Amino acid sequence: MTRFIIVRVLQSFVALIGISILIFVLVRASGDPTDLYRTSMTSEEDIARIRHNLGLDKSIPEQYWIFVTGLAQGDLGESLVKHRPVTDMIMERLPNTLSLAVSSFFVSMLLALFLGILGATRRDTFLDNGVKFIAILGQALPGFWVAIMAILVFSVYWQIFPASGTGSFMHYVLPVGTMAFFLLPGMMRLVRSSMLDVLDSDYIKLARIKGLPDRIVIWKHALRNALIAPLTAAGMLFAMLITGAVVTEQVFAWPGIGRLMLEALWSRDFPIVQGVTLLVAVAVLLINLLVDILYAYIDPQIRYQQM
Amino acid sequence: MDTTKVIDWDKVGRDAQQKRIFTQLTFIIPVAVLFVMVILAIFAPLLAPYPYDQIAMSDRLMAPFFMDGGSTSHILGTDNMGRDILSRLIYGAQISLSVAVMVIAITAGIGTALGIVSGYIGGRTDAFLMRITDISLAFPAILIAILLAATIGPGYWTVVIALSFLGWAPYARLIRGEALKLREADFVAQARIIGTSPMRVMIRHIFPNIINPLIIMVTLSVGMVILTEAILSYLGAGIPAPAASWGNMVNDGRTYIDTAWWISFFPGAAIGLVVLAGNFLGDWLRDKLDPRLRQI
Repeated sequence: MTRFIIVRVLQSFVALIGISILIFVLVRASGDPTDLYRTSMTSEEDIARIRHNLGLDKSIPEQYWIFVTGLAQGDLGESLVKHRPVTDMIMERLPNTLSLAVSSFFVSMLLALFLGILGATRRDTFLDNGVKFIAILGQALPGFWVAIMAILVFSVYWQIFPASGTGSFMHYVLPVGTMAFFLLPGMMRLVRSSMLDVLDSDYIKLARIKGLPDRIVIWKHALRNALIAPLTAAGMLFAMLITGAVVTEQVFAWPGIGRLMLEALWSRDFPIVQGVTLLVAVAVLLINLLVDILYAYIDPQIRYQQM
Repeated sequence: MDTTKVIDWDKVGRDAQQKRIFTQLTFIIPVAVLFVMVILAIFAPLLAPYPYDQIAMSDRLMAPFFMDGGSTSHILGTDNMGRDILSRLIYGAQISLSVAVMVIAITAGIGTALGIVSGYIGGRTDAFLMRITDISLAFPAILIAILLAATIGPGYWTVVIALSFLGWAPYARLIRGEALKLREADFVAQARIIGTSPMRVMIRHIFPNIINPLIIMVTLSVGMVILTEAILSYLGAGIPAPAASWGNMVNDGRTYIDTAWWISFFPGAAIGLVVLAGNFLGDWLRDKLDPRLRQI
């Protein structure tokens, strides 16, 4: 197990280096950053001085080394527009994104468990078809459009919930609802299909023959094992969560890191876009690592296979 | 948990027939929707009543014909710059469809090649490729797109590159699984024994046997790609104005949602309809070609 964890940690580390090289290359490929400073007044000496200040006169490997050591110390550079450290700007916005993402995750996970199990245990009934219908719609309708239609209904016509901003509980309802709509179908399908697999297994049949009530068979014996399969999809769920957050923050003018990144995109503030991408990349790697270790812990077959 | 059931055979027959009709409908309707979309995309200049970028400030924010103040000269109304919504919808089909075709051609090609190599060669190559695939699967595509849009600028090719950059991963994962199974098949072993080169085994023996799951995957990803392109264009990281992309049309209407709901409503509904059609067709094909995959 220790060996397995060490190998996995090393692999994640290598992947992180790969991603940092990729982003570094992208920045170089996007053109000379001194163009942003160039006006009719700047002389060649000025440009040379700026190049020196930005460290652009050093060799490429040296530049990469400076970039990576900065990253290791949590230095993501400085915003080109606001002239503030990117790390500070991200940290200011991060709590907003986390509160949105975490509450949406729990709301949709609870709903997905409830509806997914309902669908699996009452297979091919009216209820199951209803659940499938929601999943199909949720996967096809664009989330940003559903959100705007929700604003039309709940903020413009009925004026129940505010259409943008943060602060009160009411501000959470529409954004969380939108994200849940986005996350629910995938989660529900996972729960439903893994529950169906588990319900078909021998130990569940035994539990039923033994005369245990349905309630205990499903919620105690089956649920535990049915939750293992969705665990492997945690990486994909995380990707959906990020996508959902960026879209939702944009629709509802929610001041999180997704919105920060989009504002930076429109003002061509590259260091911020790069900073958020790197942060998410680290999170993706960490989650994959944790899931792998957790999964190997639950299912020993994987440990031996990989060695 | 059941008591004895009395089987009503008439009802069984009726149910089966209803189910058959329903299954046929889930094929016919999606095919019709996608066919209409292809026709609209190809003949857009002939079918659209107005050019997609014709601005008419005197006609701005006109309602669709079925509402008060609407007229049949602009059936689905006009947007904030007086552009005809119906015409922009028709041209939008062009963008959605061509992005989907480009991206799917690239991702399916790369993903299939990597999947076959990974599954057939196995060993360290497989472990390495699958690690990259895992990371690519978990990385949100829209971040790559925003990163690219910020460096090389938003545009048609930025969208295609951004969606292809990670989009090959699901293909590689699926095809690798199939190749892994086929590797152990007798006909592959026989080909190896008579000295066929690995390259030839992969192309002539493995590839023809993974075409079914490949077709299913391609159909299922049509909706996915169209949806992601719409998200990117909505966020301003995709196809820039004045081009008529369904995603940026929805965005145009966001500001006017309290006065002119139709600007956002119709393009969003079009995205939903097309994605729904693609997904239904994919499901239908999966049931026909490869029932083993039904649970996925």
